Amino acid sequence: MSAAHDSHPAEPTRRDFIHLFAGATAAVGGIGVAVPLISQMNPDASVLALSTKEVDLSGLEVGQAIKVFWQGKPVFIRRRTPEEIAEAEATPLADLKDRLARNDNLGGKADAEDQNRVANPQYIVVVGVCTHLGCVPLGTAQGEVRGDFGGWFCPCHGSHYDNAGRIRKGPAPENLAVPKYQFISDTAIRIG
Amino acid sequence: MRRSILVKSAAAALLALAPLAALAAGGKTLEYKHNHWHFSGPFGTYDKEAMQRGFQVYKQVCAGCHAVEQLAFRNLGDKGGPFYLERCPAGVPETTNCKNPAENPVVKAIAAEYTVQDGPDDLGEMFDRPALPSDKFPKPFANEQQARAANGGAYPPNLALIMKARHHGPDYVYSLLTGYEDPPDTVTLGPGQNYNPYFAGDMSQLLKPEYRDAEGHPLPDVKIPPGGVLAMAPPLSDGVIDYADPAIPETVDQYAKDVVEFLTWASEPKMEERKSLGVITIGYLLILTIVLFLSYRAIWSNTDH
Amino acid sequence: MHHASTYKPQTGIERWLDKRLPIVRFADDFMNFPTPKNLNYWWTFGAILVVCLVIQIITGVVLAMHYTPHKDLAFNSVEHIMRDVNYGWLMRYVHANGASMFFLAVYIHMFRGLYYGSYKEPREMNWILGVVIFLLMMATAFMGYVLPWGQMSFWGATVITNFFTAFPIIGEPIKTLLLGGPAVDNATLNRFFSLHYLLPFAIFGVVLLHIWAFHTSGNNNPTGVDVKDVKKDTLPFHPYYTVKDGFAIAVFLLLFAAFVFFNPNGLGHPDNYTPANPLVTPPHIVPEWYFLPFYAILRAITFDIGPISSKLGGVLAMFGSILVLFILPWLDTSKVRSMRYRPVAQLWFVLFVFACLALGYFGGKPAEGWYVLGSQIATAYYFAFFLVILPLLGLFEKAKPAPKSIADSVLKKAAAPTGAIAQPAE
Repeated sequence: MSAAHDSHPAEPTRRDFIHLFAGATAAVGGIGVAVPLISQMNPDASVLALSTKEVDLSGLEVGQAIKVFWQGKPVFIRRRTPEEIAEAEATPLADLKDRLARNDNLGGKADAEDQNRVANPQYIVVVGVCTHLGCVPLGTAQGEVRGDFGGWFCPCHGSHYDNAGRIRKGPAPENLAVPKYQFISDTAIRIG
Repeated sequence: MRRSILVKSAAAALLALAPLAALAAGGKTLEYKHNHWHFSGPFGTYDKEAMQRGFQVYKQVCAGCHAVEQLAFRNLGDKGGPFYLERCPAGVPETTNCKNPAENPVVKAIAAEYTVQDGPDDLGEMFDRPALPSDKFPKPFANEQQARAANGGAYPPNLALIMKARHHGPDYVYSLLTGYEDPPDTVTLGPGQNYNPYFAGDMSQLLKPEYRDAEGHPLPDVKIPPGGVLAMAPPLSDGVIDYADPAIPETVDQYAKDVVEFLTWASEPKMEERKSLGVITIGYLLILTIVLFLSYRAIWSNTDH
Repeated sequence: MHHASTYKPQTGIERWLDKRLPIVRFADDFMNFPTPKNLNYWWTFGAILVVCLVIQIITGVVLAMHYTPHKDLAFNSVEHIMRDVNYGWLMRYVHANGASMFFLAVYIHMFRGLYYGSYKEPREMNWILGVVIFLLMMATAFMGYVLPWGQMSFWGATVITNFFTAFPIIGEPIKTLLLGGPAVDNATLNRFFSLHYLLPFAIFGVVLLHIWAFHTSGNNNPTGVDVKDVKKDTLPFHPYYTVKDGFAIAVFLLLFAAFVFFNPNGLGHPDNYTPANPLVTPPHIVPEWYFLPFYAILRAITFDIGPISSKLGGVLAMFGSILVLFILPWLDTSKVRSMRYRPVAQLWFVLFVFACLALGYFGGKPAEGWYVLGSQIATAYYFAFFLVILPLLGLFEKAKPAPKSIADSVLKKAAAPTGAIAQPAE
């Protein structure tokens, strides 16, 4: 359905315009058809409905932690004790293996000070996927090993995270990611 | 041209056969009442207020027995749905995107009134929790068997697709809901049976013995009432639902119209998008057809054919 | 009628490729194929059919990304497509209505072949390949309709697979083999999904053979007269017929769009929006409209013929109505190809079209009363047309003289603009 060339006399005429126009119109239709065909592979409404998750923290005691499922991954939420908060805030940046905040709520350049890891120092919210090779670290449930820095410990290859989710020892290259979240009330957050 | 005359007469003969169809058709209901719905026609859309009232009717009257299986709470807040919010109402945190049904406060509130099962928890137990927008509407009965047991053997059909699952869905449902009447004297109903001239059935089975001959067939001059019997008693009556807007009448007719609007949306939530994309597509194809025709004529103009 | 390739590779790359894999030559030959200059719009349906096949395959592959072929999940997965998947409703409606459009086009295409004698020598293979494509289409459409697992999906599958039990001894084992169990169930659904995905590619292959066949014999044309002089009788396929086909496709898509966007469920059955229930049979089990004529033939055989039960008779008649198409090239004895010059044949042909439409009408009605008699008459005529009328007509008819050549017929038409002779409009 492209423009004809051979069977016409040499001079460009108004007739050639119609063939170009016809071809162009058909091409526009082709693009119009491609849009839904490609768009249907994007996440559908039922997947998008689960792209945010609201978590009620009113039942979370000081020193307790929970694990929730968000976008197919575990998210750890710990309500830190005052001692844990003090310890995290006192850690010098020089001691950290990864000096970047890895916080999706802030820009890329923020450093890994404890205040850049939390919206409210009482609650630490991190994605529970080890940045080494993707295992789920231990330390959330009662009685689980929390590693040498009182945070989380990954049993797969021995990465130790502190209570702000920062990597301190072991093969993991980055701090545990802090997902996009915000407090929607004093005791509830929306992740995502 | 002999051939085209024959083709025309063939078509005429075919059309002449059509009236035969009406006599032989089964069901024999009254012809459905024909409404002009807000969503009828190629440019039809859903009436949002009517959908909201219809949802109220469904919730208060129908939901006790009828599920809306494929509907999730979040669908209520989808674009084109009854509780879609373009802008957030007052009192909601500023960062909330109310266009997203998961964050729509009305939808969240509606969902929270329901309880759904979740689990297993860390102890392996199933537990109940308030529903979230991402949940589907819970069903009134766990399965078909339970539904039948609770309704005298009849199964209240799923309403989320009812408008597509019946011929002339909207007119049928409207006619059914507003069409209940007392059965004529010539028939006796059994217990739990309700007569409706718009429900397909065979009333000749229920004729009283004096209207039947020795073999049980209806006597020649006895008129068999149209329609049939169903297990659902008339679900609507005037004033049974309180509408917030005093300007809307609280009549069976209005309730029926509103619930039809809501259930048609539930059956076809994409109808508005479909029709508007249709207008664009047909418009485009008309242009393409004309342009291709001109191109074709231009190419063929220098030959005889 | 093999003709020489006129392709001359211009660039170095073209020459390199031409020596190793002559795909550019192939495309060039295809575009320049000498096509009779007098083809009318009935000839555009081949290209329309290719477009239909491509549309079905693309939308089908996309739907398969979201569909689940398990009896407990299939129905809701289709609703998930309709409600949640981006443009899912569009893909589904295009695919479902596309099947109807595909059959509409194929029936017109087949009627064209019958009228203009396209099945006659030397195009018998082309016709036979076409019947094979038609059979594959029927199998594909039947299995596709089962996939949504609605009431009609389930009960249509039950009825059709029960046909095989009409055959003595081998019938039940064949049915069990097809179903994967004693009744239509999950095993059936799963394998139908696999085969429904597979068969369109078989159709595609046979379509390539079909096109190859008529590129070997050359296209037929409305006069039925062979091409005598390539320069005077033919035009290159591109741009003359590419653009004409493009125009016809655009008109076809207009009708397609009218259904998809403004009456997407008009050709279907409301019962298929109710999930399949093996314990409840719908009051009227009807196949989709394009199968109704064959359904009517099946139900028309209401009497036993000797040892053949009416059930077996119906199944044999139904299969026979398609098998008879295979031998059509040898049934028609006429030396004249196109019915344009066979005035008596035209009348019988119109009756044949009417009989097919009548069969379609009766197929949708309950098998009672006048409908049965009507379908019996129409079935009798259907078979008589192929087995009695076409064989005898050729021996006794007085045909009108065909034009000496295509060019002649075209010039004569140009000279008599009022259309003096009874020729169908272009």
